[in-house]
Amino acid sequence: MNRFAFLLRTAWRDGRRNIGKLFLFMSSIILGIAALVAINSFNDNLTRDIDREAAALLGADLVVTGSRPAGPLTLATLDSLPAERSTEVELLSMAFIPKANESQFVRLRALEGDFPYYGELVTDPPEANMLFRKEKGVIIEKGLMLQYELQVGDSLRLGTSVFPILGSFENAFASAAISSTFAPTVYIGGSHMDSTRLIQPGSLVNYSYYFKVQQPFDADQWEEEKSTRLRTESMRIETVSERQEDVTEAFSQLNYFLNLVGLVALLLGCIGVASSIFIYVKTKIPSIAIFRCLGMKGREAFLIYLFQVLALGLVGVLIGAGLGAFVQMLLPELLSDFLPLTINMQISWPSIFQGIGLGLLITSLFALLPLLAIRKVSPLRTLRATLEESGKRIDLVQAAVSAGIVLSLFVFLWLLTGEVEVGFFFVLGLTISFAVLFGVAQLIMWFLKKYFPRQWNFVFRQGLANLFRPNNQTRTLLVSIGLGTAVLTTLFIVQGLLLRNVEAMDAGEQPNVFLFGIESNQIDTLISITEGRGMPIMQQMPIVTMRLEGWQGRSKADWLQDTTRKARNWAIHRETRATYRDYLDANEEVIEGEFPHPRESPEDSIFISLADAFAEAMAVEIGDEMVFDLQGVPLTTYVRSIRKIDNANMRARFLVLFPSGVLEGAPQFHVLVSKAPDREMIASYRGEVVKAFPNVSVLDLSTILQSVNEILNKISYILQFMALFSIVTGIIVLLSSLLLSKYQRIKESVLLRTIGASRRQIRWINATEYLLLGGLAALVGVMISLIAGFLIARFQFELDYTVKWLPILIVFTAVVLITLLIGVFNSREVVNKPPLAVLRKEVG
Amino acid sequence: MILEVNRLTKSYRSGSNELTVLSDITFSAAEKETLSIVGPSGSGKTTLLGLCAGLDHTTSGTVSLCGQALGELDEDARAALRSQHVGFIFQDFQLIPTLTALENVTIPLELQGQSDVQHTARELLTRVGLGDRTHHYPSELSGGEQQRVSIARAFSGRPKILFADEPTGNLDDETGAQVEKLLFELNQEAGTTLIIVTHDLELANKTDRIIRLKGGRVVTDTLTNASTSR
Ligand SMILES: Nc1ncnc2c1ncn2[C@@H]1O[C@H](COP(=O)(O)OP(=O)(O)OP(=O)(O)O)[C@@H](O)[C@H]1O
Ligand SMILES: [Mg+2]
Repeated sequence: MNRFAFLLRTAWRDGRRNIGKLFLFMSSIILGIAALVAINSFNDNLTRDIDREAAALLGADLVVTGSRPAGPLTLATLDSLPAERSTEVELLSMAFIPKANESQFVRLRALEGDFPYYGELVTDPPEANMLFRKEKGVIIEKGLMLQYELQVGDSLRLGTSVFPILGSFENAFASAAISSTFAPTVYIGGSHMDSTRLIQPGSLVNYSYYFKVQQPFDADQWEEEKSTRLRTESMRIETVSERQEDVTEAFSQLNYFLNLVGLVALLLGCIGVASSIFIYVKTKIPSIAIFRCLGMKGREAFLIYLFQVLALGLVGVLIGAGLGAFVQMLLPELLSDFLPLTINMQISWPSIFQGIGLGLLITSLFALLPLLAIRKVSPLRTLRATLEESGKRIDLVQAAVSAGIVLSLFVFLWLLTGEVEVGFFFVLGLTISFAVLFGVAQLIMWFLKKYFPRQWNFVFRQGLANLFRPNNQTRTLLVSIGLGTAVLTTLFIVQGLLLRNVEAMDAGEQPNVFLFGIESNQIDTLISITEGRGMPIMQQMPIVTMRLEGWQGRSKADWLQDTTRKARNWAIHRETRATYRDYLDANEEVIEGEFPHPRESPEDSIFISLADAFAEAMAVEIGDEMVFDLQGVPLTTYVRSIRKIDNANMRARFLVLFPSGVLEGAPQFHVLVSKAPDREMIASYRGEVVKAFPNVSVLDLSTILQSVNEILNKISYILQFMALFSIVTGIIVLLSSLLLSKYQRIKESVLLRTIGASRRQIRWINATEYLLLGGLAALVGVMISLIAGFLIARFQFELDYTVKWLPILIVFTAVVLITLLIGVFNSREVVNKPPLAVLRKEVG
Repeated sequence: MILEVNRLTKSYRSGSNELTVLSDITFSAAEKETLSIVGPSGSGKTTLLGLCAGLDHTTSGTVSLCGQALGELDEDARAALRSQHVGFIFQDFQLIPTLTALENVTIPLELQGQSDVQHTARELLTRVGLGDRTHHYPSELSGGEQQRVSIARAFSGRPKILFADEPTGNLDDETGAQVEKLLFELNQEAGTTLIIVTHDLELANKTDRIIRLKGGRVVTDTLTNASTSR
């Protein structure tokens, strides 16, 4: 106990003179942990709020939806449920606002029953909530009310029927926030839907049946039992817990990136911890040797420095957690526009404790590795500053700690991404990067020693020789700066990819007007209306809806029994919207098979073309048979080609493409895509179209594109904000490695000055050394990140790999410059103060 | 015999060539004996001292200290032995730069697990003339002052055997004489064996025996007048 107290005391005594050096070690931890805690807390709050509001988001225990009214089988099943029921018919449609003489795209929902059962439809005035269910009238979203300066008592025309506005409401149930900005929701009573005549063949209608079941009732189990049966009638069941997952899913991409940023900050922090402790221990070796000489055991000397590091680590982790908790308060501000619910930011203790725990674990593990070397410091060093340590034997403890680091990184990544492989490959990548950097350092030293340019000038030779002389910092700095650069640049590459991906959806040459639900006899008039305004017909195609009946020689019912089937549910059950033509669209490309394959006579087989994603999900190949049900008539077809469709393009996409000569006579509706020069044109065009054909929906994409733009700006803002966080951590890591490295060179510089080297020469010697180190480390780091970026783009995000060179160039230059600057800064003291003062002050 | 060196050889390997620094050295020192090692620079004095104190491994031959064969002890056991029985004064002082003079001196006492370390250490510092400099850091002391702190530190553990590498090398005559006095007082009072490396023949002649090294070999091992006069 006495001994322990002595070690603690010594740790304190020795440490108080080193606070400056250890502060940088702490700052690496602080920033790393802060990023981690901020992001985790945010996710935690988000998940909790989603949980809490999930029932309210759905509004019921259970929803059954389909694109047709429930068939007899479904009805029978639903009737057996001991529950209250509401029915909702939902479609996207144009609403005409007489007061403003304008048309607006809306999400029309006709409701019958007391839905929502959970949460509340808050209306203004409150009685409107009851009124619209009984009388003829609408309640509309508040935003719409404001946009057109509408008041209670004004009217709204939906299809062929005019409704008085009864009130407005705040929140829309079961709709994501984003879609509601494109198409505000409008409620009418269920019995008034028919009067609008909006439901026509080909219109996209959703039928939902909401249930409030008598508890206790296991909705998920009920779903399990009934879902297959309902699916045969194309009805889908959703429960509260699924809605929860859906909402969480919607954030997964954002979440993934945020996690990546947290991870990067943490990794940088780890690199900072390891390298600063490594250098710190190096400067401590003479003292340790004296302790050993005086009779201290290796383990005890090790404990002294472990105490120091743990104490500062704890302080750093605590400050970091505090800072992180503060930063997380900023995140919802930045993200508020995406969230379908307001997030109540609370201090998330689990995240904070997790951050603290993880921080302590990682800090100790990463610090332990360099610290363990202390046990091996020989007392002999007091007699002679021996060159390198001789101990070549593999140290078991050291191996165990290394394994612990790799393992904990792996587990951490696994938990973060939820995928074993991701964790595995990430750790593998890091290990390989580490090995590559270490190898490059060894190679450079070997090469310089062997082919040293003896005839070059003195200053340059000194700087170069510093790279391989005893006590050199080539390995330490190359590995830490290199890894730091690699991690940071990879983040930038991924960020660039994500940004590019969303930017591709930006306006520009994209169409901005979509006409839906056109009947065949209306299409010619619409084309002339459109062309009459000088607007191009960018796409015009018929759509025929059909259902998949079977494939590869077996019926759908048969396949559904087969548990080994590879085809995915979404692909099997979706309603197929097909078109027919013999040419490719601008955003399509045939990747397999032959195209076109027109049907010349009615005796020919029907050859179709599938989108690659659909073919993959159905697990079908060229030549496979697919049978569709077209209004009760089976249609046998064969897959003849597979197309890749560029998703970044705002055009209608078809999973199934028929040849000409098959579907011409089938019931169909048409879609027309065009581009208007400005919003006024769209508004008047829309007015003209809706007046001529009330059943036709005009979708004004310019508003969507604008909203998308706004969201994109927000996303890039967040990406930049988070990247900034990593940059700061990166700089701190650089600083901590480099500032500490000054103690390495200071004695030599002073002695050189004593002998008579000029300040200029000293500066240049240092500049040469750091320039070479920085340049080399950054170069290798960038190369690693290019490969890492490619792998992440290819396998994680499944994006095409392109690199924006400018940010990379900036990172590269910044790293080299900072390294150089700090190198020169490090020699400032040596250069500006009398050598004697320096020698006295800086030994140890 | 408190120290027995038997056929000790030490060679260093640097690259492909081997450099033999000490070859076939045999001598021993009895308890309470004082012994000096002299020889030209580079003759292996410091190396020999280090080997005797168990700071390094012999290439061949054995060293036994306080009855223990050093070759058979592991690093920790040797550390324990040093902390209990051995004092060492380094040619270049080797103070711990982050600790004050007083703290440097207390370390051996603390390692021995003693209480009241402050008092003992303060007393020792006063004896080497640094009673008023206890809270100064090594970088704030002159070379001679640092050397005196290192002597106080070597004494503080009341070692059975003290190795001193040029203990008066950096000191003026007067302080040098004080340090010499201290060394021999310790020898008299506590019976500490002294092994002193020195260039100062006057100092060497005050010890019982002089071992002369040259080129890594013992040239002569003679008793001095001091031993006979005692
Ligand atoms: N690690 C080593 N590698 C190679 N040679 C070494 C090593 N350590 C010591 N030597 C050599 O051993 C010889 C003896 O060194 P030592 O320090 O013992 O001399 P010394 O007698 O104490 O000299 P001085 O009086 O100058 O202090 C020297 O020639 C030195 O170069
Ligand atoms: Mg010597």
